[in-house]
Amino acid sequence: MTVRALWRGVVRIGDARVPVRLYPAVADRSVSFRLLDRRDREPVRRALVHPASGAVVAYEDAKRGYLAPTGELVVLRAEELASLAPEPSRDVTVTRFIPAEAIELRWYDRPFYLGPDEDDEAYHALAAALSRVGRVGVAHWVMRDREYHGALRLHRGYPVLVALRSAGEVLPLERFEAPPGDLDAELVDLARRLVGTLAADLDHEAYVDDYREAVRELVAAKAAGSEGPGRRRAPAPASPDLTEALRRSLARGREEGGTRG
Amino acid sequence: MAERRGPGGARASAGGAGDPSDAGRREAPRPVWRGTLAFGLVTLPVGLYPATRSGGAPLRLVAPDGTPLARRYYRERDGAFLDEREIVRGYPEAGGFVTVEDEELAALDPDRSTVIDLDVFVPLDQVDPVYVENAYVLVPEADALTAYRLVVASLAAEGRAGIATFVMRGRSYLLAVVAHGGTLRGLTLRYHDEVREPADVGLPALRPADVGAVARIEAAARELYADALDPDELADAGARRVVELAEGKLARGEDVREPPLGPEEPAAELDEELEATLADVMALLRESLGRATRA
Repeated sequence: MTVRALWRGVVRIGDARVPVRLYPAVADRSVSFRLLDRRDREPVRRALVHPASGAVVAYEDAKRGYLAPTGELVVLRAEELASLAPEPSRDVTVTRFIPAEAIELRWYDRPFYLGPDEDDEAYHALAAALSRVGRVGVAHWVMRDREYHGALRLHRGYPVLVALRSAGEVLPLERFEAPPGDLDAELVDLARRLVGTLAADLDHEAYVDDYREAVRELVAAKAAGSEGPGRRRAPAPASPDLTEALRRSLARGREEGGTRG
Repeated sequence: MAERRGPGGARASAGGAGDPSDAGRREAPRPVWRGTLAFGLVTLPVGLYPATRSGGAPLRLVAPDGTPLARRYYRERDGAFLDEREIVRGYPEAGGFVTVEDEELAALDPDRSTVIDLDVFVPLDQVDPVYVENAYVLVPEADALTAYRLVVASLAAEGRAGIATFVMRGRSYLLAVVAHGGTLRGLTLRYHDEVREPADVGLPALRPADVGAVARIEAAARELYADALDPDELADAGARRVVELAEGKLARGEDVREPPLGPEEPAAELDEELEATLADVMALLRESLGRATRA
């Protein structure tokens, strides 16, 4: 099984240039479903509706409007928006190499593999150089009329670009200060010991989505005529005695020897 | 995000048929998931709120006459409009559809539908960015503040992320819970089979490269060493250009429409809705964590 390249470009690190092809690294495995009318199972879509007339407006016929802070609405024409598209370019420009931990995880969006394009030698040199550098490159490129930011790094030894969210997409949560430190020292010590007891390495491959399969089985069972009812549980209340809960957790953690169930 | 918002999902009325009494009043933020965070035998009720929002310019879809459009559910066959409560998920099966209620999906795994059980704690640098899908903030609900702080303090002190799998809106997620700046963040991670292997993509086997070529790239990279990410470098330039264009037209009075006011105002675009929700979430967090932000 192979995947078709999305785009061709040239990674530029200073004077060095490496022609690459970009491939989607994410495979959609979700169980697809459609929205239906509950009464007669007629397919349902979401439509754009004119609030005054109730008329459905096709997506292609809708225009874009900018709602100004003053409350006024400015209609933007398609050709005006098209004129704002970024200059097409093949360059994937790396501007800086930073330690991996300098990028908070929530910046990461979608990964793309880089594959060789024309120059295999340069590609393998890029993979080796990234491995030796041990840092993450911050890269910028224009693909399909859109500006992208990304992290250039290795995945299983292969160069990948993980698209990064733009600054406006990441909420400025840094503005929150840590809450005042009025925690009981003994409590924190117990909690840290619990973390230590259940410490392990993360093995992404060890996690398998068995729920996805359960959904498929439920659908198959219902198609065959059986029902699968159930009731949702209410959230548990907060533990009243944290010290006691932690002590019991620690005892349980030791019995299990820190292995996952 | 591949998942679609199903009925009974997080969002309130997505159509324009809002109750007029709601006009001008925003609903309290609703978490995308609500349940129990389990830290050993310590449990605390939490809500998950998005820590990111969708990008792009703040545009909404408008009719050719400039009226902002509402989004509503409608039947393909006869165009009749439906309320969110009147729709259900249908999974294609044998030429027809099998309908499945949200309660049935939760009942498939009641524990993981209601509990995020941090049963293993891993070094932070082992959470692979390639797997990261979405980011959330965990907000403690009533009476859970001390337990929340305790989890924050112990994860931060140990430099570890708590790992769990849980079920949200008909889908199971691998979740890494990390402490950051006094709050808990939840990062949903793709399952291993959702990330292709290099061989699946058709990439060639890695082989040793020309030493000189490697050295040249490495030297060029070293010239670019820096300590931190520069958020300015990650600005959404495209969105900024759109706003500049629109503000220019506004100043010149070009294509400007009066805003529709009153109860007839259609439901906000999803992005705007989310943005408004996020502002409320921030307020909620601030309140929960008991200290105001720096001015």
